[in-house]
Amino acid sequence: MNLTVNGKPAAIDGKEALNVHELLDALKVEQAQYVTVELNGDILDRDDFERAIIREGDAVEFLYFMGGGANR
Amino acid sequence: MLTEEQIERYSRHIILKEVGGKGQKKLFDGKVLIIGAGGLGSPIALYLAAAGVGTIGIADADVVDLSNLQRQIAHHTKDIGVPKVESAREKMVAMNPDVTVKTYQEWISASNIAQIVADYDFVIDGTDNFAAKFLINDACVLAGKPYSHGGILQFDGQTMTIKPGESPCYRCLFPAPPPKDAIPSCSQAGVIGVLPGVLGTIQATEAIKFLLGKGDLLTGRLLTYSALRMKFREVPVKKSPKCPVCGENPTITELVDELDALNVCDLEKA
Repeated sequence: MNLTVNGKPAAIDGKEALNVHELLDALKVEQAQYVTVELNGDILDRDDFERAIIREGDAVEFLYFMGGGANR
Repeated sequence: MLTEEQIERYSRHIILKEVGGKGQKKLFDGKVLIIGAGGLGSPIALYLAAAGVGTIGIADADVVDLSNLQRQIAHHTKDIGVPKVESAREKMVAMNPDVTVKTYQEWISASNIAQIVADYDFVIDGTDNFAAKFLINDACVLAGKPYSHGGILQFDGQTMTIKPGESPCYRCLFPAPPPKDAIPSCSQAGVIGVLPGVLGTIQATEAIKFLLGKGDLLTGRLLTYSALRMKFREVPVKKSPKCPVCGENPTITELVDELDALNVCDLEKA
C-alpha cells in the first residue's frame, strides 16, 4: 500500500492494512517507543496503537522529542 | 513618546506599516521572559534587545563554559566562568540601553516558575531538558500565558507557539516526558552551531509578532527544520481532548517537577 510518511510517499509491499505497531516495525522507526504518531492529522493515543489501522492513502507523521537550547 | 534618537534607532521598524510608531511603543511596553541563556536564548536575547522590547527577563543558573561558545553567541571568550544571565545582559544593554533586562540566576522549578512567569506577556522556552520543557508548558498553560516552544538536536529543530486555551500545547503532542537517558542531549549527541540561531530567531519573531498583534502565530502547527536537507516542514497539530494539562479532563492541575526527566541537565554537567 502507498502512504504519505512525514510528507513523503512511502510504499509498504504486500500489506493492505497495518496497525501502528506494525507500521513502526515495517518502517524501522528508531526509538519507536517515544515517537508521537499522527494519522491523517489526528494525534494517536499510545493506547490506540494496536487498534488504529493504517490503510492505502493515509498520511502519517512521526513526531520526535527534541531537547536542545541552553547547555544545561 | 519616542525621542529623536529612538526614532532613528528604530526607523527601519517604524517605516513598516505593521509596526509604525504605535507598534514600536507596543514593543517598548512588552515584557518577554527567556528561559535558558544558551544556544536558543542567545539569539533570542540579542534580537529582542535590538528590537527594543522594553522588559526582557532571562533565567539560567549556569555559567559560561568554553564548549558553549561554538553556538551561544551572546557569550564571548572573556565570559568563561561568568553567569550566563549576566553575560547576556551585558551584551543586550550594550546593544540597546533602552531595554531593561531582569536576570534570574536560578534553575526554574515548580516552586519558582509561576511567580516568574506572572510578570511577563510572553515566554520563550530556550531550555534543553525535558523537565524544564514540560514545566514551562504546564506553567504557561495553567497561567494562560502564551509561549514559544523550541527544541534542537544535531541538525534538526522544532518549534511551536502555544496560546493556552486556543491552540494545542506541548503535552497535546507529547503527553509525558521521555524517561531518563532515552533521548540524547546536545552535549551527548552534538549540535551544529548555527542551528539554535535559526530556531531562536524564529522564536524571537513569534514574541515580536505577539507583542505587535500582527500576522499569524505558529499555533496549531509544529514547524520542523532539517539543516542537512535544508527543509522546513509544517505538521498540523490539533488540541488533544486527552491532553493531561489542557484536555477535557486534565490530570495536571498544579505544577510538579518531572523528576524522571531531570537527567539531561545532570548529564550535561558531567
